[in-house]
This record gives sequence, structure tokens and C-alpha cells, in this order.
Amino acid sequence: MTTYAPQPGSAPWPRKVLAHSRMEFRLLIRNGEQLLLALVIPLGILLLLGGTGLGDRLPLGDGRAIDDAVPRVLALAVLSSSFTSLAIATGFERRYGVIKRLGASPLSRTGLLAGKIGAVLVVQVIQLAVLIGTGFALGWDPAGGFDAVFGVILMVLCGTAAFASLGLLMAGVLRAEATLAAANLLYLLLLVGGAVMTPVDEYPAGMQGVVRLLPSAALANGLANSTIEGVIPWAAALSLALWAGVLGYLVSRTFRWD
Amino acid sequence: MEIDNLVVRYGDKAAVDGLSLTVTVGTVTSVLGPNGAGKTTTVESCEGFRRPESGRVRVLGLDPIADHDELMPRIGVMLQEGGAWSGVRAVEMLRYVATLHSHPLEIPALVERLDLGSCGRTPYRRLSGGQKQRLSFALAIVGRPEVAFLDEPTTGLDPHGRREIWQLIRDLRDDGVTVVLTTHAMDEAEQLSDQVHVVSAGKVIASGTPDALTEHGAKSLEDVYLALTAPPKRERS
Repeated sequence: MTTYAPQPGSAPWPRKVLAHSRMEFRLLIRNGEQLLLALVIPLGILLLLGGTGLGDRLPLGDGRAIDDAVPRVLALAVLSSSFTSLAIATGFERRYGVIKRLGASPLSRTGLLAGKIGAVLVVQVIQLAVLIGTGFALGWDPAGGFDAVFGVILMVLCGTAAFASLGLLMAGVLRAEATLAAANLLYLLLLVGGAVMTPVDEYPAGMQGVVRLLPSAALANGLANSTIEGVIPWAAALSLALWAGVLGYLVSRTFRWD
Repeated sequence: MEIDNLVVRYGDKAAVDGLSLTVTVGTVTSVLGPNGAGKTTTVESCEGFRRPESGRVRVLGLDPIADHDELMPRIGVMLQEGGAWSGVRAVEMLRYVATLHSHPLEIPALVERLDLGSCGRTPYRRLSGGQKQRLSFALAIVGRPEVAFLDEPTTGLDPHGRREIWQLIRDLRDDGVTVVLTTHAMDEAEQLSDQVHVVSAGKVIASGTPDALTEHGAKSLEDVYLALTAPPKRERS
């Protein structure tokens, strides 16, 4: 006979965060649109740029097309998982009352946030594995060494912090449908106009000053500097950290838990 | 649970306007009132979703806003609607919420008790209204809370389902869980409650046991409620 006698208590924090990350990851891989954003689009662009000769005709950079394409596609992948995908998923979580439900659970706000970031990082490990593997298959020849590897990891983490903050800010203040539209629109705008696929120097002189300040430009150029020149892109990391700080502050002021 | 002179405003409008009530541990307490009377806002103030403009709210001696993380594991909340991802499977959601607690109820027994077995692998968006309602109830009690806030727990259920939920609420109370029920179903409040509070225009306008409010059964609770909450008659011009 079941007893309902109260025996309340919270599970340990790591178990709650792990459970939440696992749940978000499972839901994401069941969602075709999310998979399209996270993997199919970046992979398709990489294959087009690196496997068809199209990369040689586009202004990706000064080196071999595949060497210029891989870091920029990695930046696009980080943008899709940490910003677009996260914003849309969180927007609909609010719409469906999931944020409210979890707000009245032992998960806690920091646990929810940590769980979400955990799920994004798992997705990024898969994205990086697939895209880097494909890059090598297409003849990618990156700079090696500690600085290059550290630079890529630093850029992915700083980029995720900045873009996840932007995604949560959007999901926190807009309705779910508006978040869906705005996150996709911004993704496309940054892809074309945010120096993700094209270096800042290729933009018209009048635009360069503004484009250079965008977090997308910092992320893509930082990744390119790491993999092409083998340096740690401290300036790009600082730019992304500042974006993360400002956007994170705005999230903490505006995010609604109901 | 103690609410003392609570005021909550949405813009200029006071949704709760000086409301006071006390809930005794181990009882079923119903909060009744017309739509817009302030029931949900009152309960949401106890769950930490609404910040009081003034007044005092304590649940298990804790402030729902300041002591949020300490209070949440000790209460169970049944939302009026939603509360699950559209693609999550019913039992998957239940297991996930159970994982957040230290001593959750046995999932198979809870699934059987709430008749969720047949829809356990069905995505939330494809559940019927009654199945969603039963899952939402299960999510509120799976963590073995001291206080369960149940918002219209039998809406959309067939008569058998309603009776099963009623019996489960009695079992919760008998095992020492404090149940706070918001409902429009007067028969439900009359059958289950140890204490009833009628709320109108953001204030408690009547409180008592169902027996006292119905004058020992001389009237139905519905008649009492209708008389208490009747809109003022329009004056003829």
C-alpha cells in the first residue's frame, strides 16, 4: 500500500542538473527543426564550401577554401546551438508552462540554467566532432598545437556564454512565436551580415567598424585566428566576455519565470 | 500557511486586496471564488510566482520569495494548464520530475493509481484533457510534499476520474499532506474540505467548515456561495 506521508527533499544539485540536461538533449534530438539548425545546415554549408569548389569563389579569407571554411562553419554551429535553438526552445517552454512548472520544483533557477547550458555543450561536442571530422575528410589542414586547441575551446565557451545570454534575453521578453521568428531572422542576418562566413575586411569600409563589434564577428574571427594562425584570440575572447556580461545582466533583470 | 493582509497588484488593478487566511497543517482547505476574484494570484503568491506589494505570506514558516529554493522541494504544485514540453512522454516527464526530489513516490504505483499506464509513452501534446489533468496531479505529488496546491484538479475528468481524484486527495490528507484546493466545483469543495474560504474582489468574504457554512446541511454549499458572491443588482434608471 502506497503511503503519501510527506518526505520532501531536493535531490543533490549535480543530479538535478544532469537530469535536466539529459531531458533537454533527448527532446532536442527528437525535434527535426532543431537538428536541422544544429547539424544539417552547418554540415551542408561545409560540404558546399569545402567539397564543391564553391568556397574558392566566395570571400571566405586569404587561404585555402577549406581552411577558411571550417572555423567559420564552427562559428555558425555555435551560433545555432547556443542562440537560435536555445532561444526557440526556451520561448516555447514558457508558452507551455514548463518554466513555471520547473520554477515550482526543486530544480532552482541556477539548476535550470546550468542544465540548459549542459545540454547546449553536449550538442556542441557532437557538432564539433561531426564538422571537424568532415573538415579533415575534405582536406582541412589546421594549425596544430596547444594554443590552437585552447583557442578553439575558449572561443566555443565564450561564444556560448554570449549567444546563450542573447537567446535567453529574447526568450525572456518576447512571445514564443516572436522569439521563433526573431531568432531565425537574426541567425540569417548574422550569417550574412555578421562576419560569420566572411571576414570583416571584406565588408564595405563604412560597415566594418560596426561589424567588427558584433559578437558573431568576434567568434568567427577568433576561431579562424586559432585554427589558421595557431594563436589564442584573447581580444575576441574579451569582446565575447563583455557581450556575455552585458547580455547576462539584462537576462537577470528581464527573465520571467512564469 | 499564513497569509496576512496580502495585496498584489497588476498595474493599477489590485488582484488581491488585503486578503488574510490561515491553513492548518494536515487539512484540506478550499479556496472558492468567481473568476478574477484573486484565487489563483493568492495561491501563486504562496508558490513564489507573485511578489506581494504589501502583507505577509508564510508557507511552512518560509517566505515563498526570499526562501524560494528552501521551500520548493517541500511543496507540490498542480498548474491549471500546461507545465510539460509538447514532445515529452507522460511517464518520461513524471520520472524527470521525480529525479529532482530526494524521496519520490514509486513511479509504477503512482502511474497505476492515476491510470497513466495506457498513455505512458504518449507525447504530452497528444494526451486527452483528462490524461493531462491526471499527469499534472501526479507531478504535484510525486515529490512527497508537505503541502500540495491543486488548481482545479478535476476539470475535464469524467465522473469516475473525479471520484478517483477525490479519494486520492482524502488519502493524501489522511497521510498528513496539507492540501490547498482551488476549485469551481462546489460539490468537490463540500465533499473534501475541512475548511472553506470564499474569496471575492481580492478579499476573503466568508470562512468556515462546510458544515458551518451550509448551516449543518440546511443549504447546499453552492447556494451559500451564490448568495455570497452575487453581483450587485443594477439600479433601474
